[in-house]
Amino acid sequence: MDEKLSIGGHFFTSRLFTGTGKFAASEWIPRMLGASGSEMITVALRRIDQGGTTENILDFIPEGVVLLPNTSGARTAEEAVRIARIAKAAGCGNFIKIEVITDMKYLMPDNYETLKATEILAREDFIVLPYVLPDLPLAKRLEDAGAAAVMPLGSPIGSNRGLLTRDLIAMLIENCRVPVVVDAGIGRPSQAAEAMEMGADAVLVNTAIATAEDPAMMGRAFGLAVEAGRLGYLARLAGQSKTARASSPLTGFLD
Amino acid sequence: MLREEGQVSFHHSIEPYKNFDFQDFFAQVTQERVAAALAAEKLSEKDFLVLLSPLAAESLEQMARKASELTVQYFGRTIQLYIPLYISNFCANECIYCGFHRGNDIRRKKLSLAEIEAEARTIAATGMRHLLLLTGEAPAVTPIEYLEEAVRLLKKYFASVSIEIFPMDETDYRRLKEAGVDGLTLYQEVYDERRYGLVHLAGRKTDYRYRLDAPERGARAGFRMVNIGPLIGLGEVRSEVFFSGLHAGYLADNFLQTEVSLSLPRMNPAEGNYQAEFHADDRTFVQFLTALRCFLPRAGLTVSTRESAAFRDNLIRLGATRFSAGSCTGVGGYGDREDSGSPQFAITDERSVAEVVQAIRQSGYQPVYKDWDMI
Repeated sequence: MDEKLSIGGHFFTSRLFTGTGKFAASEWIPRMLGASGSEMITVALRRIDQGGTTENILDFIPEGVVLLPNTSGARTAEEAVRIARIAKAAGCGNFIKIEVITDMKYLMPDNYETLKATEILAREDFIVLPYVLPDLPLAKRLEDAGAAAVMPLGSPIGSNRGLLTRDLIAMLIENCRVPVVVDAGIGRPSQAAEAMEMGADAVLVNTAIATAEDPAMMGRAFGLAVEAGRLGYLARLAGQSKTARASSPLTGFLD
Repeated sequence: MLREEGQVSFHHSIEPYKNFDFQDFFAQVTQERVAAALAAEKLSEKDFLVLLSPLAAESLEQMARKASELTVQYFGRTIQLYIPLYISNFCANECIYCGFHRGNDIRRKKLSLAEIEAEARTIAATGMRHLLLLTGEAPAVTPIEYLEEAVRLLKKYFASVSIEIFPMDETDYRRLKEAGVDGLTLYQEVYDERRYGLVHLAGRKTDYRYRLDAPERGARAGFRMVNIGPLIGLGEVRSEVFFSGLHAGYLADNFLQTEVSLSLPRMNPAEGNYQAEFHADDRTFVQFLTALRCFLPRAGLTVSTRESAAFRDNLIRLGATRFSAGSCTGVGGYGDREDSGSPQFAITDERSVAEVVQAIRQSGYQPVYKDWDMI
């Protein structure tokens, strides 16, 4: 019914990506993944304690789920690049979410530094997913630089305010060749469905799932919402193409 | 609170409050005003002050609920852990409330680098990865070169090293940043300038402005984290917490790259036997914590082992985001308590790291040992 989502040569059935941050306990992560069906999950390298004596968050991510390390904590392109290389060397695979945040007040991504980091890492055989404030010219530059997808924010991280930037996201969906993954600010399953109905290729949800009383249940809700939104989008598309076949479907009878 | 043209100090922002009649303001607060402040998505300074008023304590449960939700939203259900290491209690200041003050006849000690390393090994074995390095104020005893070496050494054992030492020039802060420090903790102690003069009698600490401007210098020097706060008990408690909140807001507004957090240390008995003139009971403390969270949703809120175990555990769900654990406030003392220098203040929560971790988990929260890498 729906083709799989292809990013960096990987195929994803689920269009819900999730995150490992903010959980009350790491044990929730595998439960949430099972319930939601999510096949890709972000991990902040700064949280990974290599060689530490305390629990390793990577141990809680089941086989088969793609790891998406993020460069959380990076203030510059240079730092993001270093983190990415460390993550790859540590065996986290070659997916990387570029998250360069220089604003601690709202946690807005620094689009400029993110572009610089993308340009470097895309040339080093990383599958780069840059997290940005939606900006069409920038998105085209990211594409040209080799980004495997573009991740525009819906609203600031943790704010749960939904698709405040919907009109800007719509521009990206309409004009980008690479997949558009709406990331940040999605606070409710209905908002995830909305993003999918708009034509987003996927969504990334962390705070709303991790901070729920029952992250597994919330994960399932989001999984279903993403499916519903995607189906709604495809159904509308199918309807549109039917109408378009006849050149004058309504008034053709007058000719 | 963005700086005005030409403004270089937070002092400019609190100067207008010098003759502000807080008691009169509090007397004018109404229930409706409190409700409006609580409902606001973005609180003004006056909203914050309203939430600090005695009347607002009647809405404490609502404040707590809002604070709890905001904290979960922006921080998740997590508590970050850190541990303090005092490497010297030599001090040339006369702060009448502090265990280290130069007039106190206590066991003075300064750790050698070898001793620091031994302490680091002991501490690292507990799993702690964020260390707070402390000294008294005696630059002749602990010159910057010594501090740099100590930091470089500690970076081998800890993912993050912060400092809580005497205020420094921006140049020296930069040096420490280069050495590997990523966080600065500095408490103003008391924001009321007159009260400040009454409790700091001699030494470099008598310079109120130099201390007030230090967190700003630290932010400019590039420390990733800056942690500030009052020492509750030295001045009128509500206005002191108000100024602390303003200070944090000022730093967050003017230094976007800096993560700002606050502590609310409450005076407790120390070697100096100082009797605090002002007090905040537990209920008032919770009001302060939750009001700060409402005013500054993204600011970290740190609670140390000055507070008791039972009380701290209740703060986990009320907005706290950072806890110290397994602390020793004597110099050295993790390895060999007998050999340590006298402590700065009495610790009330004496639980081990493992015990604190368990308590956090039991509250349904996740203890975070490591949240940083200096790469």
